[in-house]
Amino acid sequence: MAQEAVSSPASTPNDPADRPNTMLEAAHLTCQRGERTLFTNLSFTLGAGELLQVAGPNGSGKTSLLKLLCGLSPPVAGEIHWQGAPARGEDFRRHLFYLGHQHAVKEELSALENLHISTDLAGEPLTDEEALDALERMGLAGREHLPAKVLSQGQKRRVALARLLVSKAPLWILDEPLTALDVGAVDLIQSRLAEHLAHQGMVVVTTHQALHVPGVTPRRIDLE
Amino acid sequence: MLITIIRRDLLLAYRRRSDVLTTLFFFVIVVSLFPLGVGPEMKTLRLIAPGVVWVAALLASMLSLNRLFAADYQDGTLEQMLLAPQPLALIVLGKIVAHWLVSGLPLALMAPVLGMQFDLPPEALAILFFALLLGTPILSLIGAIGAALTLGLRGGGVLLSLLVLPLYIPALIFGAGAVESYIAGVSPEGHLSLLGALLILTGLTAPWVTAVALRIAME
Repeated sequence: MAQEAVSSPASTPNDPADRPNTMLEAAHLTCQRGERTLFTNLSFTLGAGELLQVAGPNGSGKTSLLKLLCGLSPPVAGEIHWQGAPARGEDFRRHLFYLGHQHAVKEELSALENLHISTDLAGEPLTDEEALDALERMGLAGREHLPAKVLSQGQKRRVALARLLVSKAPLWILDEPLTALDVGAVDLIQSRLAEHLAHQGMVVVTTHQALHVPGVTPRRIDLE
Repeated sequence: MLITIIRRDLLLAYRRRSDVLTTLFFFVIVVSLFPLGVGPEMKTLRLIAPGVVWVAALLASMLSLNRLFAADYQDGTLEQMLLAPQPLALIVLGKIVAHWLVSGLPLALMAPVLGMQFDLPPEALAILFFALLLGTPILSLIGAIGAALTLGLRGGGVLLSLLVLPLYIPALIFGAGAVESYIAGVSPEGHLSLLGALLILTGLTAPWVTAVALRIAME
């Protein structure tokens, strides 16, 4: 099953010299889940302002790759570097925003409390106005104080994604951010991604939906 | 950061207060069953009181342990905690403190009242209270290690008790021993000092060990 995945940038030149400064660098990554080898010898780099889309069928290791990049699990072989240093430790985590496909929204807490707690945890505390504003832009006006358990699946996802609107971390790693969202929310997220990339941010994303980020051609990794 | 986590966990416990109350009722009922079962023999009751209260406290704190990380593990909050730019041990310490505030401190506060059923003299009740005040944080600290090690395992609850209960034995011996020695006419100071030493030792090591166990569990 092990396949060498090749990054195939569609429009960005392949020559590293022409590319923006490399911030995130993965070299010869191998990932195993149990007995199964998901991928071997996977290498890629990501520079400021770049979007990397990880594609592949279910079970091909997309989520596992994102977890390797975050440092949640160590690779069997290979290395990940952030700004030239190994990508781990508190300094790296300060630059990272990770959204897993479990959205870390507490059912018992209100949308506002959820947003406050998750941003406090990430070391970027918000004032009440900032938090309410982010929730309103996420289309949750009037539902800020409802416990998350009465919200729909899509609305819970919006609570989790409200953090995207306020995150100051340069590296975003997003696992299926568009699931359960309606067209309006998808547009909002895509324009927020464009804004982040325009400010020299970086995004690694997995999605089964087509991703149209205005003004950006995503680079792709296909896992098989 | 510590305060943030403690406040968050206390808020969650308040919203799920039935879980907390079940544990406390369990403690009250188990302790109250003994005078009923053993009969009104004052001498016997005074003799078994410290042991009964302590064993009930161990079991009650066991009951609430698997909730310590399980909910955060299931909804992905634990991932966010592992990726937070703060030391994980500090976050873990916050969760342990919150756990103690809702499931350890109330036991210590209720113990003197329950101890009256065993005809303990007032001084013995005070010592029981102090012993539990020193001892219940040890239970939360050691329990956190077990809860992290059994995270995500099937049948983790039973495994957790097998893992953690033996580690509770020192706290049980010195905690119950403090009250027993007072009843026997010896100063309880030695037992309480040892309990304090145990608290310092677990307080300094358990958050780090738990943090390491959580990182392994999340791989």
